[in-house]
Amino acid sequence: MSDLDAFREEARSWLNDHFPSGLAHRSPPGIAGFGARLTGDWKAWQTSLGEKGWSAPTWPAEYGGGGLSPEQAQVLGAEMASRGAISPIGGFGIMMWGPTLLDFGTEEQKQRYLPPIIRGDIHWCQGYSEPGAGSDLANLQSFAEDKGDHFILNGSKVWTSGALEADWMYGVFRTDRNNKYEGISFLTLDMKSPGVEVKPITLISGQSPFNEVFFTDVVIPKENLIGEKNLGWNIGKRLLLHERQGIAGSGGANVVGGSYDIEQVARDYIGLENGVLADGAMRERIAMQKMFAHAYALTGRRFGEEAAVHGPTPAVGIMKVAWAKDNQNREELLVEMLGNRGLGWEGSGFSDNELKTVRTWLRSKANSIEGGTTEINLNLVAKRVLGLKGY
Amino acid sequence: MAVLTEEQNMLKDQAQAWSRDEAPVTRFRKMRDSGTDAGYEQATWQDIAGMGWTGILIPEALGGSGMDYATFGVVLEETGRHLVASPLFASGLVGASALLLAGNDAQKQQWLPGIAAGTSIVTLAVDEGPHHAPEQIAMTADASSGSFTLNGSKVFVLEGGSADAFVVAARTSGTAGETDGITLFLVPADTSGLGVQPLKTADSRGYADLTFRDVKVDAAAVIGTADAGFPILDAVLDRARAGLAAEMLGTACEAFDRTLEYLKTREQFGQVIGSFQSLGHRAATLFMDMEFARSCVEAALRAIDEGSDEVPILCSLAKCKAGEFLHDMSNDMIQMHGGIGMTDEFDAGFYIKRARAAEATFGGQSYHRRRYISHFGI
Repeated sequence: MSDLDAFREEARSWLNDHFPSGLAHRSPPGIAGFGARLTGDWKAWQTSLGEKGWSAPTWPAEYGGGGLSPEQAQVLGAEMASRGAISPIGGFGIMMWGPTLLDFGTEEQKQRYLPPIIRGDIHWCQGYSEPGAGSDLANLQSFAEDKGDHFILNGSKVWTSGALEADWMYGVFRTDRNNKYEGISFLTLDMKSPGVEVKPITLISGQSPFNEVFFTDVVIPKENLIGEKNLGWNIGKRLLLHERQGIAGSGGANVVGGSYDIEQVARDYIGLENGVLADGAMRERIAMQKMFAHAYALTGRRFGEEAAVHGPTPAVGIMKVAWAKDNQNREELLVEMLGNRGLGWEGSGFSDNELKTVRTWLRSKANSIEGGTTEINLNLVAKRVLGLKGY
Repeated sequence: MAVLTEEQNMLKDQAQAWSRDEAPVTRFRKMRDSGTDAGYEQATWQDIAGMGWTGILIPEALGGSGMDYATFGVVLEETGRHLVASPLFASGLVGASALLLAGNDAQKQQWLPGIAAGTSIVTLAVDEGPHHAPEQIAMTADASSGSFTLNGSKVFVLEGGSADAFVVAARTSGTAGETDGITLFLVPADTSGLGVQPLKTADSRGYADLTFRDVKVDAAAVIGTADAGFPILDAVLDRARAGLAAEMLGTACEAFDRTLEYLKTREQFGQVIGSFQSLGHRAATLFMDMEFARSCVEAALRAIDEGSDEVPILCSLAKCKAGEFLHDMSNDMIQMHGGIGMTDEFDAGFYIKRARAAEATFGGQSYHRRRYISHFGI
């Protein structure tokens, strides 16, 4: 038996013992590490998975991670997928902050921050954008004044996902007003600190997933500085690369969630004639959408395989652009297929799925803005991948 | 680019160097200017056969090297970059596939060694109208006393003017539109009653229309089983689509590389034109399309080699995505080069002509969108 087969046996046996069978093929009611406090079987599953470290399979075991090789992690992923076992532990900590800490954190910081991320105990939010610092993120002005053994932070962040429920924030803050790029530091702060105020922003979808966060004389201990003072911009950029790689690796999964099966909507709301969708023009557009999504998923898989051999590539930047295009196009098609049933806002005149589709469609408009706009990502690809000048 | 095996890397290097040094587009131009009906140069073809690419799929016992479709794709991508014209694809991939998938031992013994050596050209004759429509085959093959009589026509047969034999899809029962009742025949080009009319096409490659007037073949000419030829035809076509998609990917990648180089060197308003966002963003978007097309092509070839159930859906995806990218890229190659792109002296015209011909061959984007979505029950 090869080592990998032996590991497969180990994973199977562990899942048999620890995965509650009643949760098979069910999505968690919320994400531990992103606002949810799970209960019952879900809590038990969270605890087992977190203690085993398999919520972060490839992170080093010394920090509570699974310590698995990429091949073993792939085997674990396949075993979990085959029994419909979905990890309820996620959020920014797992997706981007943890990998960035592994790159840049001190031993002490890794020991302090990584274990609770892996267990899903701490919900992290990300302090990046500001009113005057969107696409031009390095123009950020929230100022952390150096007071010797601590910083005093004043200013504000905007578009902060999940800030209302968050326990902690990591982010980029100005520590030198005379240096745009080399005047930024990467800091963490406790959201319960005095002087932190969170105000939700209501979106065009009626939902409030984003917030404004205001800082008034917030005290941040020096030990919360990640990397060197004034050299946080590179850490901040690395974190965004992890975000894009996460999107590339998701293989077309719609992280916005909520949309239901496109073929079923076509059958229910347009109908078939002789086994073929009655609207031929719509049928071709659905085909194009599904083929784009398929190509996106295959590309995510290929980039993953190639990265395992050749290392990561900046080409992964196109995945963020493609992810937004894929989501937005699918949501547009769904709403269009629903016809006037896709224009409901609330109340009993519309089904839950219809109402959810409208909200998801509107929410998806942010996909080409958040995490770097499509235009900024195209600039980055033009510059870093194609070697064009002027970007 | 997928992670290649050692063997594939060697062939890739060989194909890259040979295409670049021995068969650049200037050679294709010379062939076009010579006005030959064949659509390729004998010397090019002999080089290719000499390197053994014609035998990539054919078992060693029959004179080939017994490799796989992914490997063939690597070679076709490189030759596609430089618009190399030869019967390599039509015979070495498509014709060979039909025999490998369904030929009997005698047929294999008779034809595969010649295909591998490049001394025999066997090509597929399937379509009868302006659009790819394999299920619409109307050409008849009437059975009587152990032989078949073929009547009808085939159009736009790749390398039809040079072929020594045709794999012909004809109807032994049923009517056009049905998939039952189709039979594949192996018909030598010199069979009595078979007429071959070479075509002069925009892409300067070799195509011919075929007419069958009471063409008699015996039962030994049947490939596979009579009346049950469609699944074989479908499988051959999928291999053809994936292989052609690999060639098209190479053609489009070269168009992309040349255009990107121009964006980096051509100056207007005192700066390189690639520094203008309207062009830089288009280049970045085309790069995305290129990576997506590559993923689909490689997945389709791999699926064929692994015998996956997903072969039909992935081959339609690959042909469509490679077609979309090549279509847009060949248009933008002209547009981004400006006036020079419109001149015959520059190569962009060759790329766009090759693009449209390859797009139409074995189903265009529209055909493959319909075929793809039909797998989802709508």
